[in-house]
Amino acid sequence: MTRMQTQSQSQSQAPLPAQDGHVTADGRQIGGVMMEMKNITLRFGGVVAIKDISFDIRQGEIRAIIGPNGAGKSSMLNVISGFYHPQEGEVWFKGYRRGPMKPYEVARLGIARTFQNIALFDGMSVLDNIMTGRLNRMKSGFLAQALWWGPAEREENLNREAVEKIIDFLEIQNIRKTPVGRLPYGLKKRVELARALAAEPQLLLLDEPMAGMNVEEKEDMSRFILDVNDEFGTTIALIEHDMGVVMDLSDRVVVMDYGRKIGDGTPDEVRSNQDVIDAYLGVAHD
Amino acid sequence: MIYREAGDFKTSYRDDGQTFPIRLDRWGYYAVLAVAFGIIPFLINDYWASAVFVPLLIYAIAALGLNILTGYAGQVSLGTGGFMAVGAYSVYKLMTAFPEISIVIHILLAGGITALVGVLFGLPSLRIKGFYLAVATLAAQFFLVWLFNKVPWFYNYSASGQINAPERTLLGHAVTGPATSAPAKYLICLVFAFVLAWVARNLTRGTLGRKWMAIRDMDIAAEIIGVNPLTAKLSAFAVSSFFVGIAGALLFAVYLGAAEVGEAFGINKSFLVLFMIIIGGLGSIFGSFAGAAFMVLLPVLLKNVLVGSFGWPTNLAAHIELMIVGALIVFFLIVEPHGLARLWALTKEKLRLWPFPH
Repeated sequence: MTRMQTQSQSQSQAPLPAQDGHVTADGRQIGGVMMEMKNITLRFGGVVAIKDISFDIRQGEIRAIIGPNGAGKSSMLNVISGFYHPQEGEVWFKGYRRGPMKPYEVARLGIARTFQNIALFDGMSVLDNIMTGRLNRMKSGFLAQALWWGPAEREENLNREAVEKIIDFLEIQNIRKTPVGRLPYGLKKRVELARALAAEPQLLLLDEPMAGMNVEEKEDMSRFILDVNDEFGTTIALIEHDMGVVMDLSDRVVVMDYGRKIGDGTPDEVRSNQDVIDAYLGVAHD
Repeated sequence: MIYREAGDFKTSYRDDGQTFPIRLDRWGYYAVLAVAFGIIPFLINDYWASAVFVPLLIYAIAALGLNILTGYAGQVSLGTGGFMAVGAYSVYKLMTAFPEISIVIHILLAGGITALVGVLFGLPSLRIKGFYLAVATLAAQFFLVWLFNKVPWFYNYSASGQINAPERTLLGHAVTGPATSAPAKYLICLVFAFVLAWVARNLTRGTLGRKWMAIRDMDIAAEIIGVNPLTAKLSAFAVSSFFVGIAGALLFAVYLGAAEVGEAFGINKSFLVLFMIIIGGLGSIFGSFAGAAFMVLLPVLLKNVLVGSFGWPTNLAAHIELMIVGALIVFFLIVEPHGLARLWALTKEKLRLWPFPH
């Protein structure tokens, strides 16, 4: 918790400069623009879910997307992860324009995500679930797998080692052989994070990582998110409704309302933005 | 007391990932193998081979195949009978066209041809799921049976429309045709069943198996973590059909010797194999064998009890037998909807603590 406090203090003292590359007060390196969304518009039939939104995500930062229900946050995340294809606008990732891609191709670019409603594989153990996160790194051929011969077994054990590090990191050693279906909600969320981390993503998307958790679980999850960002240098974009958490965790915040962007900046800038206050508290209609 | 992993420490991931991590399981597995390979071949006679062991092993292979598709990859199929027919007719055409080549190669090739046909009929799975896919595979079943009935080239223009397995030898012993001995029939089926079960275990424990299970459990999440649904589903159809094709080839060439497609590979066969995996347990290698054993042994057992012990007339016993088998299937599914494999797993979990309560 102390780290979270120092971080929010540091942000209030020094807002992010516009140029590439700087170091935050707690020593993290924020790099250049990793992902840039340019004038994204997404429609479902006549419904406009996202209207002309632009923002960027910088290397190494924690970027939050917030907004009231139905603002289009999850749709935005789905656009980033390639699940929806926007009708207008461009998605740029690491300096290249990303054409319309299948979700599994996006995954191979190094983007991993978790879901608002947990999307784990219920029939498999925790270990197998996390191992699925490394599927893209396992290249042994069909025959080697069928005979469980040399490369297949070696690869399995190497990846198991990497997965065990994540299991240690998230402190879920004792449940690694448990079928996921038997776990309580909070642990499922953690396993889902572990699966996303197993892919060693460059950009990690978290869709409401703390929904439905109690204070203690939220603190744990906040700690894990900060540690992931700090130790692995993973860039994180998250959607969250708990304002306290968002303001403490994130370096910069995008605020959406009715599919439009109404605010963008450091937590403190956003907090004092009149449009944001209106969206959350409502305005008197006269 | 004896059955537990306490004290059986694993110091490498290789040890931890083995198929039977508990020592007693490992011994049990080796004991079963020793009996199957070392003792049964010397004792087996024609009755035991044709009533019990050969059909058991062949159906176990078919059940393994369907279990890979339905149990592991979650794609329902009612076309098993049709795919078995593809295996049978492929091996027949190969046997008669290239008599000098080994029968083992013919059987493997028949599996390969069935795999291709399976991929073809698996294409609809990319767009449709569940019941709708079941109906699409049902179409495969009827189409394939119709095809083998109507095109005389497949049965070499024989007058009866039947296919008959010519005699082929392996290592000097006949393995197909009327002169085949019981141990030869048993051993060739056993070797195929053993190797294919081992391959199925290897495939399902590794990358491919995880892709299949990911698609089965939640296809959207699977795609987001980088599984290409096209290759995952079609590879499941290919591997599954390969197994089913080999089962069909063995059923025709080794077990039946002669076959007429509508009778040997009709829709009944599809349901029989589907029952096997449902009763045995979806997504389990052991379950495939258990289900095949249940469906093959139970009628034999009932027949022996009703006719042999009670002295009932054979035709009455045959009807009662059907009713009892049906009732037992319902009973087992109510007791344990996840099949014999889950029942076995629960027993083992209890045994690990026994006789202590915690």
